[in-house]
Amino acid sequence: MFDNLLSLVTFLPAVAALFMAVLGNDPASQRNAKWLALAATTATFLVSIAILVQFDPSNPGFQLVEDSEWMFGLHYKLGVDGISVLFVMLTTFLMPIVILSCWEVTHRVKEYMMAFLLLETLMIGVFVALDLVLFYLFFEGGLIPMFLIIGIWGGKDRIYASFKFFLYTFLGSVLMLVAMVTMYVDAGTTDIEQLLTHSFSAGTMEIMGFQVVGGLQVLLWLAFFASFAVKMPMWPVHTWLPDAHVQAPTAGSVVLAAILLKMGGYGFLRFSLPMFPVGSEILGPLVLWMSVIAIIYTSLVAMMQEDMKKLIAYSSVAHMGYVTMGIFAANQQGIDGAIFQMLSHGFVSGALFLCVGVIYDRMHTRDIDAYGGLVVRMPAYALVFMLFTMANVGLPGTSGFVGEFLTLIGVFRENTWVGVLAATGVILSAGYALWLYRRVVFGDLIKESLKTISDMTARERLIFAPLIVMTLLLGVYPSLVTDAIGPSVEALISHYDVAVADFMPGTDVAESH
Amino acid sequence: MIGPDLSVVSPEILLAIFAMAGLVGAVYTGKDGLARPLTWATAVLFVVIAAYIGLTGGGTRMAFGGILVDDAFARFAKVAILLSAAAILVIGLDFMVRSDLMKFEYPMLVVLAVIGMMIMVSAGDLMTLYMGLELQSLALYVVAAFRRDSVRSTEAGLKYFVLGALSSGLLLYGASLTYGYAGTTQFSGIIAAADGDAPLGLLFGLAFMCAGFAFKVSAAPFHMWTPDVYEGAPTPITAFFATAPKIAAMALFARVVHDAFGGVVGDWQQILAFLAVVSMFLGAIAAIGQRDFKRLMAYSSITHMGFALMGLAAGTEQGVEAMLIYMAIYVVMNIGTFAFILTMEKDGRHITRIDMLNNFAAKEPVKALALLLLMFSLAGVPPLLGFFGKYAVLLAAVDAGLGWLAIAGVIASVIGAFYYLRIVYFMYFGEEKDGIDGRMTTLPWLGLVVSAAILLLGVINLFGIEGFAEAAAATLVR
Repeated sequence: MFDNLLSLVTFLPAVAALFMAVLGNDPASQRNAKWLALAATTATFLVSIAILVQFDPSNPGFQLVEDSEWMFGLHYKLGVDGISVLFVMLTTFLMPIVILSCWEVTHRVKEYMMAFLLLETLMIGVFVALDLVLFYLFFEGGLIPMFLIIGIWGGKDRIYASFKFFLYTFLGSVLMLVAMVTMYVDAGTTDIEQLLTHSFSAGTMEIMGFQVVGGLQVLLWLAFFASFAVKMPMWPVHTWLPDAHVQAPTAGSVVLAAILLKMGGYGFLRFSLPMFPVGSEILGPLVLWMSVIAIIYTSLVAMMQEDMKKLIAYSSVAHMGYVTMGIFAANQQGIDGAIFQMLSHGFVSGALFLCVGVIYDRMHTRDIDAYGGLVVRMPAYALVFMLFTMANVGLPGTSGFVGEFLTLIGVFRENTWVGVLAATGVILSAGYALWLYRRVVFGDLIKESLKTISDMTARERLIFAPLIVMTLLLGVYPSLVTDAIGPSVEALISHYDVAVADFMPGTDVAESH
Repeated sequence: MIGPDLSVVSPEILLAIFAMAGLVGAVYTGKDGLARPLTWATAVLFVVIAAYIGLTGGGTRMAFGGILVDDAFARFAKVAILLSAAAILVIGLDFMVRSDLMKFEYPMLVVLAVIGMMIMVSAGDLMTLYMGLELQSLALYVVAAFRRDSVRSTEAGLKYFVLGALSSGLLLYGASLTYGYAGTTQFSGIIAAADGDAPLGLLFGLAFMCAGFAFKVSAAPFHMWTPDVYEGAPTPITAFFATAPKIAAMALFARVVHDAFGGVVGDWQQILAFLAVVSMFLGAIAAIGQRDFKRLMAYSSITHMGFALMGLAAGTEQGVEAMLIYMAIYVVMNIGTFAFILTMEKDGRHITRIDMLNNFAAKEPVKALALLLLMFSLAGVPPLLGFFGKYAVLLAAVDAGLGWLAIAGVIASVIGAFYYLRIVYFMYFGEEKDGIDGRMTTLPWLGLVVSAAILLLGVINLFGIEGFAEAAAATLVR
């Protein structure tokens, strides 16, 4: 049984969903569906702990590998390394919380639970797949349940948002599919482990009269970038995210912000950087500048929002800007920081969407103007919201600080101007986050409708407890993460530096390290 | 002496005898009492012959001096044609009975069309090719107009006939040019004459024949008949049009370009790549405006033929294999979808407007889920099988250096995804409104659910179809 730990953790939720499918549609089985979903996600989390126990952080290679033949010469190959194992943990950790958060849903409960369970399988699959097409399968497959979650259980403009979400991300990923096919033709394998050591041609090539420096690597890099940049999402292709977030139900927003967005960053680390180092070196500066624009521009946009979810969605785009910046700084601090930022953002943004969900469930509005003075009636809520607002701002002592700080160091060593401009984002984020907090929680409780609002229930407190623990724990003891990812990141960077030095023998890559 | 030759065509002969006997028998037993048992008998016979062809035989056999070929490629296509025709007959049975169309000519015409298709895919000579093609087409013209008292159906039959005759003319013109420049109608002679460097007249012949085939597979810009015929013909017959004849025509296309013109791949590659890219985009864009499910499926089939042609355009063994796999998956998706369309009813009337699917998922969760899987598979979203078909043809195209075609294809598939999503949108996101009744008899229900299950479970190993397609492609491409 221990040989197939990764398959088990990947497919356990899907099996539960299948089982749920044969349940009836009467009220009793609707209720049972919730408990079954909770049990399945919790079991998945427990199994994933077994993975963490067996995982050896000092080994930079892939571990717990499963490999068997599949069709078309593809392989069903799973495995985790330092970069992916924590994303698996993030997913399995958050899913029980997500299920708990939609306990009050009454519309088509069974289908709702099935969609989330299938989504969990597909999300875990993305992080453990070690075959290009298998990866694509999970990466794209996730669109189906998310499309349905937004479309069926979403808000007023859910149809527009769900179509936009689907078509935007689909367009990004089909280009990646062509790139994957090209990689297969070029390297003769779809095994990610082997592709990581294959060097794709970087010789200048000419396409319709244009000289493409970096040749095939740059083209492949661009195709992957199209997919991951949309998923991330990076400015200027981020516009689907605010729509999707606002219209999605609370639990859908949490999954979207906390896990689905991380697939883009994971993709950059797994494919773009190690497989196309020359492409990354040539186009990296472009990404750095796009990231800075994202940080400053979306922070400013966030300040102007009247809708709480939209505000947090824009702040997500800004925080993802730090991630892409850290990744394409391509040094130890930058990448460590990027991974840390992704994990931390998973907890913090998830929690913030849950915070919005708590008051939305009571008042059925997300307008910031509809609130004010909640601290009077909801002290516990005010405390929780305060903590996560601070974590979002990046207050030292919370997990938000570590990621931002490390990525800023990383990028400062690579490009001073980008570093300086990105640092202003920290101030801007304090601006919009604190202002939001002030407008919602402080002030006088003058609105009639809020006079009877009640504080958080036991279930809601239970949801937030693990998130609070993780945010503080990672804030004061970041080595938990950096120790696990360190060797893998180190191996990635040395591989990257060697490849870049081969390409540009004249330049001394080491100068920046 | 003629024995070995006859044994090669024994399935076709058996079917022909069956058709004659069926006609005679039905005439003697008075009107249409035999129609139902005959349809069942036909379906069973198709399955039996498919099993016979699939399980026996091996290697390549020629008959009648090379004008008929029985090889792994022909067998693959024949099995696919027979099985899909059998499936369509069975799922369409209830519909035909309820709409008072259950006449004994129906199964017999289908048998004749299938014989034509089987001859098409094993043609080794331009003459047999044309014979098979016309036998198929003439039978199809009649079934298209099967509902004689309906203007729509008659119009469909007439349109199909006129445009089909035009395409036959193009094909014949191409064949005669080919004969003139190659000096023979046999494929083995043509390939010898067009080895590496073909005379211009032969290329003209090739181009005209390609145009004729493009009509038959409904590839743009020769697609105009498709939406009208699909909409006008009775739904089970539309379902038949969308499946077996498409396989046959596509297999015939592959047969001619490889068996007769395998020496000048570079010349027809451009034609096929053009047909592919135009079909993919036209099908994807034109379908957006459609409100009728059958018309929508017509445009969808144009897009899918574009993808299959992309595989063929690669001009390699891998390309033919990809095309065959694509067609097999395409047929499964179409059988499932048409099984659903057949049962779209409101107050006893057959209605195919897609907005009648409003809120269908709340009424019938299982059927809605099955149709959802079919739609996502048609759109090519993993992990459903439709994706693997696309993957196979993309791989073949990129491998053959047609990277631009692959990129164009995936962009078209994103555009096309929109209208499949809209069907999902009606079923799942629609507001409470009167929709179709959603009643379904057992056979269409089985057709729908089984094909959805195939599309989902095929992700494990494609049911081993890959090996057959590989063997088939290996015998065709040298």
